[in-house]
Amino acid sequence: MAMFIRVDVNDELVAATDGLAAKLIEVCPVKIFKAGDDAGSVAVVEDNVDECTLCDLCLQGPEGSVSIVKLYED
Amino acid sequence: MRFYEFETKTILARRGIPVPEGSRAANAGEAASAARELGGALVVKAQLLVGSKAGASRSDESQAVDSPEQAASATEELLKIDDGGRGPRGVLVEKVHAATAEYSLSISYDGTAKQPLLLAADIAGNIEDIAEAHPDRVVSRHFSALVPFSDYVAKEVAAGLGLNGSELNRMAGVIARLARLFLDYDLTQADIQTLARLEDGSLLAVDCFSDMEVEAKYRQKELLAEFGVGEEDTRSVRAPTAFELAGKKIDDDDPRGIIGPVVEFSGNVGLVIGAGGGSLTLTDAVRKAGGDPANYAAIGGNPSVAKAVALTKLVLGKPGVDKIAVMSNVVSNTRADLVARGVIKGVIEMGFEPADKITIFRVPGAWEADAVKILNKYGVEYCDRSVSISEAAKRAVDKING
Repeated sequence: MAMFIRVDVNDELVAATDGLAAKLIEVCPVKIFKAGDDAGSVAVVEDNVDECTLCDLCLQGPEGSVSIVKLYED
Repeated sequence: MRFYEFETKTILARRGIPVPEGSRAANAGEAASAARELGGALVVKAQLLVGSKAGASRSDESQAVDSPEQAASATEELLKIDDGGRGPRGVLVEKVHAATAEYSLSISYDGTAKQPLLLAADIAGNIEDIAEAHPDRVVSRHFSALVPFSDYVAKEVAAGLGLNGSELNRMAGVIARLARLFLDYDLTQADIQTLARLEDGSLLAVDCFSDMEVEAKYRQKELLAEFGVGEEDTRSVRAPTAFELAGKKIDDDDPRGIIGPVVEFSGNVGLVIGAGGGSLTLTDAVRKAGGDPANYAAIGGNPSVAKAVALTKLVLGKPGVDKIAVMSNVVSNTRADLVARGVIKGVIEMGFEPADKITIFRVPGAWEADAVKILNKYGVEYCDRSVSISEAAKRAVDKING
């Protein structure tokens, strides 16, 4: 379980945006995303979440499609 | 990177420092042949990396012989020596010469003065032992690693040994040649533990060893190729421990960032340290503060959180280690927040509280603000760059030693 970072994915927004799921999988430098069960969806690889480098590439989709939460800022 | 004695003697002879007539033998048969060819009183010396610094003429590392049969028998015995997990690299069969006087010469790099240090004594043996037992018989002199070595320095040292006339000139010649080869071959140590003066006044390097700066391997390719030293061969003085192999595996398993080299010591201060040459300084600072490091492990190059977790578990899991210190020089290419995540996660996954196990976290630099938030959340003491490496080390040692 990740201790420092939480990644929230809005499945509906991701699915509604053409190519976003594939792009998220492609750009994440620490492989936090993998293909989800449904076409156009992603799943979060929990083991990799604490490796998040906070590069914000995944945040460049439609607003709210992906959120990164720093758990140490609670 | 240690050289065998026969290799050191090859270098010495090439630079005009006389060495005893002899040859290396890989086995008893070759030793007998060498003894037959040389004739007379001989010595058979095991070729060791570990033992040679202690003195290649130590009784358990060499034997006096005067026949081919004895040379073969001595060789069989000497080849059984455990040289840090290896066998000896053969033996050196040499002629024995009667000495009218013996001296010791040593050149090493003085890290404090940041200059090579030349030591000489008018008795044979390990110069450190001589300096401790007979400090009045040791002459010392620093010299520049930048400008060509001056014969004047060599003459000063020779005069300090009480020599004059032709004896002084001969000794100065050997000293100057030794100093120049020390610089030319990027050595960190060049010792002639027994420099014998023979009946005719000539000098002979009887027992010697040398060590080369491992980072200079790329500059000394020709010499290393001649000695058959492979690119990955560091000539370590002992076989790696299970702890060190585990450290190497962590590094090999994850290409992100680097951990290495991991070296095991016998102390109780666990170190997760690194950055820009800071790891050596930090290890020294811990020692200077009265601490006894359990390990050396340079972490840097922006390691993954997983890598920092694995190193933390390795160090904190080492028997005798109760707490770790996480320290580095100012970092630009290693993220302080990722290291903070790694060490805290490692400690928690081992079932401990970070505040109980991490004595101090001093990794100033990239993403420091996030690192501070993480450390604050888990109650770990953080130092920024305004706290010197020495002070951080002292705080860590004080917490560990109570």
